Amino acid sequence: MNAAFTAEELQFQHDVRTFLESEFPRDIRDKVENRIRLDKDDYVRWQKILYRKGWVAPNWPVEYGGTGWTAVQKYIFAEEMARVGAPEPVAFGMKMVAPVIYTYGSEEQKKRFLPDILESNVWWCQGYSEPNAGSDLASLKTTAVRQGDHYVVNGTKTWNTLGQYADWIFCLVRTDNTVKKQEGISFLLIDMKTPGIKLSPIYLLDGQPEVNEVHFDNVRVPVENLIGEENQGWTYAKVLLTHERTNIAGVPRSKIRLEKLRKLAANTPDGQGGTLMDDPVFAKKVAETEIQVLALEFAELRTLAAVSVGKAPGPESSILKIVGTEATQYLDELYMELAAWHSLPFVPEQFESGFAGEPIGSGGAAATALHYFNNRKQSIYGGSNEIQRNIICKAVLGL
Amino acid sequence: MLQDSVQKFVHRHYSFDTRKEILASAKGFSEEYWQLFAELGWLTVPFKAEDDGFGGLAVDLMVLMEEFGKSMVVEPFVPTTVLGGGLLSELGSAAQKAEWLPQIMAGSVQLACATAEPDSRYNLASVGCTAVSKGDSWIVNGQKILVLNGPDADQLLVSVRTSGAVRDADGISVLMIAANTPGIERKSYTNVDGHRAAEITFTNVSVPADRLLGAAGKALPALEYVTDRAIVAVCAEAVGALDSLLHKTVEYTKTRKQFGTAIATFQALQHRMADMFIECQLARSVTMMAAMRLDSDVPAVDKMRAVSAAKSRVGKAIRKVGQEAVQMHGGIGITDELDVGHLFKRVTAIETLFGNSDYHTARFARLG
Repeated sequence: MNAAFTAEELQFQHDVRTFLESEFPRDIRDKVENRIRLDKDDYVRWQKILYRKGWVAPNWPVEYGGTGWTAVQKYIFAEEMARVGAPEPVAFGMKMVAPVIYTYGSEEQKKRFLPDILESNVWWCQGYSEPNAGSDLASLKTTAVRQGDHYVVNGTKTWNTLGQYADWIFCLVRTDNTVKKQEGISFLLIDMKTPGIKLSPIYLLDGQPEVNEVHFDNVRVPVENLIGEENQGWTYAKVLLTHERTNIAGVPRSKIRLEKLRKLAANTPDGQGGTLMDDPVFAKKVAETEIQVLALEFAELRTLAAVSVGKAPGPESSILKIVGTEATQYLDELYMELAAWHSLPFVPEQFESGFAGEPIGSGGAAATALHYFNNRKQSIYGGSNEIQRNIICKAVLGL
Repeated sequence: MLQDSVQKFVHRHYSFDTRKEILASAKGFSEEYWQLFAELGWLTVPFKAEDDGFGGLAVDLMVLMEEFGKSMVVEPFVPTTVLGGGLLSELGSAAQKAEWLPQIMAGSVQLACATAEPDSRYNLASVGCTAVSKGDSWIVNGQKILVLNGPDADQLLVSVRTSGAVRDADGISVLMIAANTPGIERKSYTNVDGHRAAEITFTNVSVPADRLLGAAGKALPALEYVTDRAIVAVCAEAVGALDSLLHKTVEYTKTRKQFGTAIATFQALQHRMADMFIECQLARSVTMMAAMRLDSDVPAVDKMRAVSAAKSRVGKAIRKVGQEAVQMHGGIGITDELDVGHLFKRVTAIETLFGNSDYHTARFARLG
């Protein structure tokens, strides 16, 4: 890709590098390199730095705070961010609810919500899935009943990521039971401090309470928090999901992880007198993954090119979701194979900030199996990979 | 008979909730159950008749471990009996066996086998931990990693280098060292599958000369043989656990409704479950083959190849069946609250233990 950059683009790359070298906080960078879990404050601090630079929302329209970058500039920026391990802003506000607000929200809603998302003053979480509405999201049952100038919301949402840190939640709710299931859904914004909302944590395989069930018991939501028109929520959410999918390929991060994997493998004894990169089987797996990520990268660039000439990301974005998540998961497997015995210890405390003891295993080895377990979620969330294949069958192949 | 008694026990007394309580207890396994295992005679299964054991056949071991696998039994059966007891049985003198084997089978001693090192990967011949003879003692220095049952073992069976260079096949010995000997530092932890392990450092540890098992420098074949038996044991455990995963997935897809129908009616999922079934059957078959070879009188190298074939093939089944079980359960499959995720973690750990698929595929090829 570098060979194709213009002089202006190379200058841009230089500017991004210079900025990241001087402004990405050293302590956060150290944490990322040592696989220490980042806390909310780390994300907020870094996002405010990006905000002040004006680089926080490359994908937003310029009028709401976007950068106006070309597809190539966005690509360069994402790659440079990944190279230094700079975390992207948490997606729920920036990439998920904001596009719905600036596309379908009222002027008042845009003024009220978008600036605080940009500056990371307000954190958002998602209220989509329900215990009995997963892949079949449109069958959701959480109801919102209009009473005067409020909706009264009742029901349970699940797989709510990081809701314990969120100030607001965006929800799909049922406002009409009498029509086709997709046609009775509305898109509501709800303040998490509203009486009647209760969170119960769900612990995942790595032992972390990453997700929650969110219970709504007669929660009163002002009608001005409805996005767009009543019963049009499914249409808005579908657009959002396509956006989510184009962001999901994770190519820059996979490329950096491959580079690190190769370095680590070249320094990992194979027990036979060489290193793991001398092992032709392991080396071949690394090479094959690199080829897969390259193919994925150009599939993504083709999609971005289509978007930049005005087309909406179409059902092809399902390819990015499937292949991107599978590449991430396969990289987790390779990291675990590299770590060998030391993939086994469960010592999450040594990946918390402030851990002062001697860690078990080197180079984050003891985090590898935990990442493998945790990232199984990637082929399940955001529209499971089975649903993505259904989309390709229906919308692309016409089956 | 054996299968029946183990099946009854795990069915009645080893529910998922009981297992959780056991894991949360101080030792991470149940001493009460350990005593029960002894009373039921299960701790004698890995031992030969001449050692007053049940017979020591790998096929019997397979029967027991498969049932353990279905309910994810966490008691340190493999470290104490198959590995520790196996080394004593293979290498020990008549006096050493008479002293220790009855205690093991009675459930009154816990053992751990310390072989892996920071740079050894899965190669048992890569031994940097040294033992130097000094008067009536061996002085041991070095580091061992991932010692299963290390935190609770009374005695450690440690592979040490008494001569030669780091990866020489010759010059490897096994010492049986009391875990409370001065100079031993144990860093204990829990593994992702709930089993306990330790990193153990030996600093000028003085071990009485009579704690050497077998001839000095000649222990590698026994280490390999005993580890191979442990491999068949954990492969059998995986076979049981994979069967559980398949069974639970099939049942779940019959009850989980999306788009107005049970998801088991989708042919895309049906075929994947058929593939899981095929993987489970191949894993079972190849493990049975390895157990039978171990029990036969074929040359040692053929036994080693059979065991590597099993570990390689079972490892592949673990990836496939484990990942598919989680995927078809959806979100609930990656939560801590459902047993499926714990089965997935245990089989994933087994995939790594004693060498992963790639390692054993290479070993199989090299020995051919």
